[in-house]
Amino acid sequence: MKLSKILKNTLLVLTACLVLSACATKKEVAIDKITGQMQGDVYTGTDTVEYLADGVPDRVFFATNESILTTASRETLRAQAAWLRKNPGINVVLEGHADERGTREYNLALGERRANAAKDYLMTYGISSDRITVLSYGKERPVDSGSNPLAWSKNRRSVTVKAN
Amino acid sequence: MTKKIIILLFILIPINANALIEVDITRGNLNPLPLAVSPLSIDEVSRKGFKKILKKENIGSEISNIVENNLRTSGLFNPLDKKAFLQAPDIANLKPRFEDWNLIKAQALITGKVNYVDDKLRVEFRLWDVLAAKEMMALAFTTVPNNWRRVGHIISDKVYERLTGEKGYFDTRIIYVSEEGPKTQRIKKLAIMDQDGANNKFLTLGNELVLTPRFNPASQMVTYLSYFKNLPRVYLLDIETGTQEVVGDFPGMTFAPRFSPDGKKIIMSFAKDGKSDIYTMDLENRIVERITNHPSIDTSPSYSPDGKYITFNSDRSGYQQIYVMKNDGSNVKRISFGNGLYGTPVWSPRGDLIAFTKLHKGKFYIGVMRTDGSGERLLTENYYQEAPSWSPNGRVLIFYRETKTNAKGEGFSAKLWSIDLTGYNERQINTPTDASDPSWSSLLSN
Repeated sequence: MKLSKILKNTLLVLTACLVLSACATKKEVAIDKITGQMQGDVYTGTDTVEYLADGVPDRVFFATNESILTTASRETLRAQAAWLRKNPGINVVLEGHADERGTREYNLALGERRANAAKDYLMTYGISSDRITVLSYGKERPVDSGSNPLAWSKNRRSVTVKAN
Repeated sequence: MTKKIIILLFILIPINANALIEVDITRGNLNPLPLAVSPLSIDEVSRKGFKKILKKENIGSEISNIVENNLRTSGLFNPLDKKAFLQAPDIANLKPRFEDWNLIKAQALITGKVNYVDDKLRVEFRLWDVLAAKEMMALAFTTVPNNWRRVGHIISDKVYERLTGEKGYFDTRIIYVSEEGPKTQRIKKLAIMDQDGANNKFLTLGNELVLTPRFNPASQMVTYLSYFKNLPRVYLLDIETGTQEVVGDFPGMTFAPRFSPDGKKIIMSFAKDGKSDIYTMDLENRIVERITNHPSIDTSPSYSPDGKYITFNSDRSGYQQIYVMKNDGSNVKRISFGNGLYGTPVWSPRGDLIAFTKLHKGKFYIGVMRTDGSGERLLTENYYQEAPSWSPNGRVLIFYRETKTNAKGEGFSAKLWSIDLTGYNERQINTPTDASDPSWSSLLSN
């Protein structure tokens, strides 16, 4: 009993040391930073986000091969819908994108599906479909040229752009 | 854009198909056939005549170089070093001294001569079996001098066909997308070149994004996707006249176009409300038909060579897989069941295989399977590669490969590659810029 407790404590100390030493290396810091900007593989950071108006982010992000809107995405789109209701003269283009880890043609379809997921949500919050155009770029217009999971997560997106 | 080309072809001597040398192309050829391409002989008057018109010192040697290069890149032949040749080209063409060619281990010999006759290029060539000491083939062509490269390709095709028993693929062109600029803002243009990379030409200016050009197997027409006016639509381009038109009148994005084997229809995807379905449009009567109707993504359609079936890519099972159906959309069957995701199915011109791209555990593969999905064979693995296109004889696949960028996002490139169906003879195809989405034409002379 006593021995096992001592062992346990030693183990705890050892792991603490490992974690600390790991954190001290540059590589581990980078990974920690990445995980801080992604939930699952959906981008949650703000590096690439622009604003349509104060408090109205222009884009939402998706998981690999998915077009499901996350809680954060729905919040962003509700803010966009509220802004569009206040500005009835503004029309928008929803630009759907995919990351580079797919075939070109499938990615074109996937970008279209993502932009439509955003469009459907805006419509349920009262924005007429006449005001929304959907445009898929597939994997053709990444924002981040990196070949890593964080870059790909920034590229899987639907961006709301003013059309006029 | 390109001049209509007429090549007259005479068979000098009828060939009796005896059991002479043969090259087996069904297996990976690790011992390419040693062969000698003797430079085409040319008399001094003809040499000067062509030098004046074509600015080439010796057009005979230039044509032989094309033949030699084609046969070498096929991976099936090993053209021997000219410095070892003992017999002069003009004499070899009259009557080869087979002992001399045997000595340098050549099993086949190509000889010939070039003449300048009435402002025309006249070429004759002979293929000899060195061991049997026999002529295998003799042909002559007369054409306009500017066609000299094509003469080299046609000779290569004839030699390939005589020695392998199958049609060649050298007198062909590749249409592809030329790429320049940073990865986030690529400038893309349609470009076309001969199969060996010569005669590269740009067909669009790069003002709008263009993707996935595909040849009509029956003519010099091309179908492709253009973002003209920010409306991604399938277009038709006549590469001889340069005229372009939108295909159909769809209220949304059309993409992934290909021609039917007879060249009379375009098959493509139309995306609307998050769903992509497959449609065809008849180019004569402009009638549009819907082929699939499913809430999933259905794309990358490709006809079987008899036009009776269509293979396509769908995520109706939850993930990208390959399916086959009848040309009216009935009898849909999934054929890919291996691990990973499958895309870009393309039916072989021989009908027996479907080439595809596979994504598994972060790697991309180009592979082939039988049309019922059995016998899956992966030919090449890489960080990123996709979009195989078949050579017209169904023996070689061309595709594109992209590189991984470094930690700063630098070092991106896209290049064309080819590989034999056997999985051997992987080669990069040189292009003046970065390149992607290659499509192989049919044989130009048939």
